[in-house]
Amino acid sequence: MAVVTVTNLTKRYGDSDAVAGIDFTIEEGEVFALLGPNGAGKTTTVEILEGYRDRTGGHVDVLGYDPADNERAFKERIGIVLQESSVERDLTVREAIDTYGRVYPKRLVTGDLIDIVGLGEKADARVKTLSGGQKRRLEVALGIVGDPDLIFLDEPTTGFDPSARRHAWEMIANLSTLGKTILLTTHYMDEAQNLADRVAVINNGLIVAEGTPDTLGGRETAHTTIRFSLEAALAGELPVDPTLVDGTIVEYRTDDPTAVLHTLTGWAVGRHVALDGLTVTRPSLEDVYLELTDGEER
Amino acid sequence: MKRPSAFALVANQTRYEWRIFWRTPISAFFTVLFPLLIFVVFSLVFGNERIDYLGITTAQFYAPSLAVFSAVSATYTNISINTAYQRDEGILKRVRGTPLPAWIYFAGKILSSIAIAVIGALIMLGAGLAFFGLQVYPETIPTLLVVFFVGVAAFAALGLLVAALAPSGPGATAIANATLLPLAFVSGVFIVPAEKMPTWLNAVASFFPLKHFVEPFVAAFSPAATRASFSWLDLAYLALWGVVSLILAIRWFRWEPPTGGGGRRSRRASAASE
Repeated sequence: MAVVTVTNLTKRYGDSDAVAGIDFTIEEGEVFALLGPNGAGKTTTVEILEGYRDRTGGHVDVLGYDPADNERAFKERIGIVLQESSVERDLTVREAIDTYGRVYPKRLVTGDLIDIVGLGEKADARVKTLSGGQKRRLEVALGIVGDPDLIFLDEPTTGFDPSARRHAWEMIANLSTLGKTILLTTHYMDEAQNLADRVAVINNGLIVAEGTPDTLGGRETAHTTIRFSLEAALAGELPVDPTLVDGTIVEYRTDDPTAVLHTLTGWAVGRHVALDGLTVTRPSLEDVYLELTDGEER
Repeated sequence: MKRPSAFALVANQTRYEWRIFWRTPISAFFTVLFPLLIFVVFSLVFGNERIDYLGITTAQFYAPSLAVFSAVSATYTNISINTAYQRDEGILKRVRGTPLPAWIYFAGKILSSIAIAVIGALIMLGAGLAFFGLQVYPETIPTLLVVFFVGVAAFAALGLLVAALAPSGPGATAIANATLLPLAFVSGVFIVPAEKMPTWLNAVASFFPLKHFVEPFVAAFSPAATRASFSWLDLAYLALWGVVSLILAIRWFRWEPPTGGGGRRSRRASAASE
């Protein structure tokens, strides 16, 4: 069952289209990532789905509601972790969770929630004493305290150091195992790769590709690249014609890497030369992403 | 699944605002201690003597007038500044994303600030009673209570209106202070305006609500012989200010932080560097 259905959504600010007609659906229990550079239209899209912004055109259905109506029953079933927001500095972690939790008809037990987000040792500390990563985890706690069916995570790890990001990823993966539907926005490829069941790449207000992290942009069928360096003099003797020779760098792009490699390594062993720095790569999600977004504003 | 009752939610929000207030020492100082300090200083400077043209002692004037000043700080100044800062910080936006109805959010702010106003006024009057020979006339107590609660409710609503209109937290601070202090002088909070105050200035003071709050409240502390009769007109005028302010505040209220990537970026950067 689709939890979110977006049809031909548009949002216009003055003369420019922040969102220029996008369609997507999110199924129940799915982690869906909107991936795109800054200013691509991710936050605008998510804020329309959360009820913060009016749309210019198109149709939006979230859990059977039109978010633009701002109904209380709708807000009771979603959880929002905003990109930009903060928690009262002078409350303790426990007080903040209690205060925000009391507004929901069903809510997670504060102590359990503090454990889920890993703030056990900080439960009675004032918010102003938390580190950046801890604050963000508290924000996630406030986003899920009402036991929502759908969770919005807008750039949940922007500004994190690598270990804080790992922790955040684990936490988000845990939410997903609880059966929550999650809409995530990010401009980190690895984040989408790690967390998402499906990814839509958004650029200039349009979805330019959609798929699983493994198939996005035709990754599973794309050419494999074989690359090594070789004395320029020997390049002419290679048993297979290279796609590209740049100085001492030799590169092949092939659909049949097994055969090409076999021929090349057989030749090299027989000829007693080394294929220095030999690598065999498939295009990363990052390559696909950069190609799709023209490497804009990274 | 049962929704929390409106009563429980109002109580929750009131407790929350109350907590935040007392944990912000600067606001607690300016609301409660600062007026008390002025009261003590005035009473010492003027020697708590009888003011001839009023027929009462200095303390008999300043205890109630500064109790009103404290109550107005607790409501008007406190709500306008805190709410605007909460909007800057994105706290209001977070609240907007929860199922909490807006009216309950406002009610929590208003009730908490009124409770603080009661504390501030009681401290002021208590200091007057204990140390400066303040006289309370029991027959005026009902009047005092009515004037007080209509007054603080009106100023709480006015605080919400300033929060709705102010561009930012610092902007709200400037507006609240730049309006309250001059108005307090012309409305008879710190000094009783002289008879020779220009008519136009008197008209300005009469237009704004503070004069209609402080005059009846101070009058209730005068001996019966000199007490001005209680005016329903003052009360109605105060209430009108409150109702109009509340309607406009709700109409113009903004939950989202001011736009512009500048503040956003820097806050994000500072969060990351912590």
